[in-house]
Amino acid sequence: MTAPATTSAETPALAGPAPRTATTVRTKAAPAPGRWLSRTAVNGVLLLSVAYTLFPLVWLVTAATKDTGGLLSGDAFSFEGFDLGHNLSELASYNDGVYLRWYLNSLLYAGGGAVVCALISTAAGYAFDKYDFRGKEKLFGVVLLGVLVPSTALALPMYLLASKTGLVNTYWSVLVPVLVNPFGVYLSRVFSASHIPDEALEAARIDGAGELRAFWSIGLRMVMPGFVTVFLFQFTAIWNNFFLPLVMLSDQKLFPLSLGLYAWNSNTHAEPSFYPLVVTGSLLAVLPLVVAFVALQRHWKAGLTAGGVK
Amino acid sequence: MAAKARTSRRTGAAAGVLLAPFFVLFTAVTVVPIGYALWLSLFTEKQSGLGFGGAESVFSGLDNYTAALGDRAFRDGFWILLGYCAVYIPLMVGGALALALLLDSGLARARRFFQLALFLPHAVPGIIAALIWVYLYTPGLSPVVRAMDSGGIGFSFFSSGGSLPSVVNIALWEWLGYNMVIFYAALQAIDRSVLEAATVDGAGAWRTAFSIKIPLVRASLGMVALFTVIGSLQLFTEPLILNQGSGSAVTSTWTPTMYAYTAAFARNDYGLAAAAAVLLALAAALLSFAVTRLTTRKGARA
Repeated sequence: MTAPATTSAETPALAGPAPRTATTVRTKAAPAPGRWLSRTAVNGVLLLSVAYTLFPLVWLVTAATKDTGGLLSGDAFSFEGFDLGHNLSELASYNDGVYLRWYLNSLLYAGGGAVVCALISTAAGYAFDKYDFRGKEKLFGVVLLGVLVPSTALALPMYLLASKTGLVNTYWSVLVPVLVNPFGVYLSRVFSASHIPDEALEAARIDGAGELRAFWSIGLRMVMPGFVTVFLFQFTAIWNNFFLPLVMLSDQKLFPLSLGLYAWNSNTHAEPSFYPLVVTGSLLAVLPLVVAFVALQRHWKAGLTAGGVK
Repeated sequence: MAAKARTSRRTGAAAGVLLAPFFVLFTAVTVVPIGYALWLSLFTEKQSGLGFGGAESVFSGLDNYTAALGDRAFRDGFWILLGYCAVYIPLMVGGALALALLLDSGLARARRFFQLALFLPHAVPGIIAALIWVYLYTPGLSPVVRAMDSGGIGFSFFSSGGSLPSVVNIALWEWLGYNMVIFYAALQAIDRSVLEAATVDGAGAWRTAFSIKIPLVRASLGMVALFTVIGSLQLFTEPLILNQGSGSAVTSTWTPTMYAYTAAFARNDYGLAAAAAVLLALAAALLSFAVTRLTTRKGARA
């Protein structure tokens, strides 16, 4: 443990690529010209790729401030002809405020669906991690296979089953399928193994707590970071879901944002005045996730790491 | 002895209670639909008599499969998908890995900012990403097309030659940062002493990246490749929005998923749609198997 650390301290960064925080101070003090060049090149490439990822979002922000004429003629990368207020009131009032209804639907589908999904996944992941039973690994193999099933191939038979049972074109038709996420179970098992020590459960058992009580009041509390990670993943997945609602729903009142904006976009050819509605509506639809990702960075990174390092 | 047996029965019951919600729902929304799709794909709707009394399902064996495979539009969908994968997967995996290596090289500044900014497109729903880009492709609406025109570059993003790059670009924008973060996390998990040893031995930045870092993140490479392949096979949303663009070369059966969707909802041919969906799932299974084998075999050799 200590030996490599000493070595690195004695080996100043002459041309080495890897020295970390400990040696950066020294590097800054004596920058070799070659190193300066590669530093500029590395940061230049990264800046270029950030420009690529951010410029459509910048366009979305500036475009949302324009009316139809401004969108179709002006230079979109400016705040010239600022008309955001008008666009927002149009958005709120069009068709009796159906946009607001879509927004609430999306919040219901994504929020409700993700909480229940995270709970179901955490319970299953905990059971896979903490209990031994016959055929456990085979059953877990089935879960892993479930990760690989393309969801678009399932949506069509699900639609036909839903129409047989009268569930088609209801809240349930969109809400029930998103409660299942095999990858969430996999993540939960990984989190359970690393966050809940067996001794904690053993102590609870000795104190006379039942198995389910031990899960509810000890296991679930300890695995909370995993719960939040699965919640965040599923919230994103449901908020972004398009194919399932497209197949299941025909009543505009039940639409989530994705489907509503799609319907508006199909009108833009005949009626260009829909452009500002779609653009402004898209901007508002993107905001909650951007805020969630910036605020909860630790959690999504934890999820990606657990999935990736395996 | 008796006490032990009782405990194991008790824990067994607890495990069952905790697993039941997931597996009941998993059965309802995954296992049953797969079975139903298989069953449906063996039947054809026939109008009975003069069309009175509605349609009737008739067992038709593998007819739907031969019909789908015999349909040029369906086969063309797979060719388009193949072309898409050939361009998209190397760009995606290579690009994400290159960015992660740059970020991990010790030369990058503001690493947290770069990570977040590159990841941000993942917060944009696929349909909205497609809408934004299609607007950026549309002449008259797009500052990009305007700039290209004034620069003397005439390129139509909706033409038959332009559609594929247009779709690849949208998908790349959506997933590049996401996969980069996965690679970066794996790179960060590498034992620092290994890298320091390489530096002491005189390995340069390139040598360290190719001989040490990339082999050590092979597991992540395999996983990203697997999910990228499965995602690519389901290609639907982006071309659907492109299909709505005026004068677009993207047809309503451009990809196999679009073909299944059109068969079900435009032609009401559920048997054909089910057969197409089953064939798609089969292709996904075969490719997943191939990718997994390929990446684990590489692991065994190293």
